[in-house]
Amino acid sequence: MSAPALTGPLTGRSRPDRRPHSLAEWQALGGYQAVTTALAMRPADIIDMVDAAALNGRGGAGFPVARKWRFMPAPGTAPKTAPGDGPSYLIVNGDEMEPGAFKDRLFIEALPHQLIEGAIIAAHAMHVSEAIILVRDNYRAGIAAMESAIAEAGAAGLLGGLRMRVHASAGRYIVGEETALIEALEGKRAVPRKRPPFPAQSGLWGRPTTVNNVETIACVPIIVSGGAAAFRALSRTAEGGTKLYGVSGRVHRPQLIEAPMGTTARELIDRCGGVSGNGMLRCFQPGGGASGFLGPEHLDLPLDFGSVAATGSMFGTGTMIVLDETACPIGVVARHLRFYARESCGWCTPCREGLPWTARILDALEAGTARASDLDVLRMTAAEAGPRGRSFCDLMGGAMQPLASALTRFADLFDDHLAHGCTIGKQQ
Amino acid sequence: MSLPDALAAGIRHAVDSHGGPRGAILEALRLVQQAEGWVSDARIADIATLLGMTTAEIDNIATFYSHIFRRKVGRRLIMLCDGASCYLNGADAVRDAVMARLGIGFGETTPDGDYTLLNVCCVGDCDHAPAGVLGRDRQPARRLSPEAIDTLLDGPE
Repeated sequence: MSAPALTGPLTGRSRPDRRPHSLAEWQALGGYQAVTTALAMRPADIIDMVDAAALNGRGGAGFPVARKWRFMPAPGTAPKTAPGDGPSYLIVNGDEMEPGAFKDRLFIEALPHQLIEGAIIAAHAMHVSEAIILVRDNYRAGIAAMESAIAEAGAAGLLGGLRMRVHASAGRYIVGEETALIEALEGKRAVPRKRPPFPAQSGLWGRPTTVNNVETIACVPIIVSGGAAAFRALSRTAEGGTKLYGVSGRVHRPQLIEAPMGTTARELIDRCGGVSGNGMLRCFQPGGGASGFLGPEHLDLPLDFGSVAATGSMFGTGTMIVLDETACPIGVVARHLRFYARESCGWCTPCREGLPWTARILDALEAGTARASDLDVLRMTAAEAGPRGRSFCDLMGGAMQPLASALTRFADLFDDHLAHGCTIGKQQ
Repeated sequence: MSLPDALAAGIRHAVDSHGGPRGAILEALRLVQQAEGWVSDARIADIATLLGMTTAEIDNIATFYSHIFRRKVGRRLIMLCDGASCYLNGADAVRDAVMARLGIGFGETTPDGDYTLLNVCCVGDCDHAPAGVLGRDRQPARRLSPEAIDTLLDGPE
């Protein structure tokens, strides 16, 4: 069962069956030339190059990568917690658990050497001594591909003095949050840390640490190979590069698509064979479970971090969930809220108690047993807890985005559910 | 039964590569689970002894992470995605068919110990929805349908 072949500088070397390349095969495709180029450059020049390429972090927040990298202290200036200068860390975040997200998996499974290249270059740019690739538990083929590729690269001397290893995660969505991830690596319960201090000041084991998403790191060798201007020119907008979009839900051929940053939902859905179900688009979430709903009027919106944020939604992971008119957005929000309720780490009361409460109300709406006052509770919770939440991390604020946008966009559907329960699914 | 030599060696290796005994806790739990399917009270004690910590410290971590199993799971493990993309492609019907056939709900094991059924989200297979994950090696199960649940039930252990 092969997926449609991916084309583009970022993913074009992947095989349709995702069989990873051996080191020799990868080098035959030009692999590790970017590493040679980068290691001959001054670290600060690499960061300037990434800056000029306008690379935004692909994990969800879209933070400029060069700015994040510049937070890392220069050698000799990090606080000394041990004799000597001490280690510093790059963590490549492959915990991918956002509902609707399936993009990082491709790099981990099919392009492990591209990730290693990116990690070596990023480590050089930030004077990092150890890179840790965190991969979620069920990506077993990916874990094996990464471990094998790291062993090959190490044996060939390509890692230089950089230590690199895979850390297999053991579940829990919150591990994808960067400070919770650091807690997990330290063998603790993955509860987010209060910031400041930020990871660049005090991260893993109290040392300077940067956490970057898998797709972000996979972009780095492409920038070094082709140059910043070429990378920027791949995009249709001010945000550089191509993007590995994903489309799932009600489309005929759900798939990953590498396309210029700023590609529209209309183009992406067309490439998936169009909307399935009754063929009429009701709405879509542009960036995974925690992004607010957009409608048919947004089909021609360039999908990048800035343009989607301007609508009040979020580009997030860039993996869309599509709903046709025979799909119920309240049912979708109910699944999301059940998930976020289950995955709350439990540290902050509004999140621990509020998410199960909203999930129960949404279930009652589907069943037709909700009361009018329940809608007030949903509105109040969405208003109080979003968008930034009243908690350490963004889990609850993110969870409120689809709920808040559904309450606004589909007020009539909520009223209908109040009276009759969900009748949308029954018409299929 | 004390910890087999191979497992103990794997955990000691994790102490070296994962930054010390504390950093190795999760890897120790994972190694034990991969070998035995779950993590028993006795193994929590074994890991604690090996890492020089208390059982409470180890169990504190084991109980937080959802894919570390502190109860014995069935010979066959079926994890079904209950996320939105799978829901939009008929996951509820697959779930209902599996539950009806096995007579158990999510989080339960059949009385004969053959099957454990769990809900997970998201399994990162939204382009093959509805999807799930099977067995100790977490093999992907894709494009599931209520008519074809036999392939799920006959899946890998």
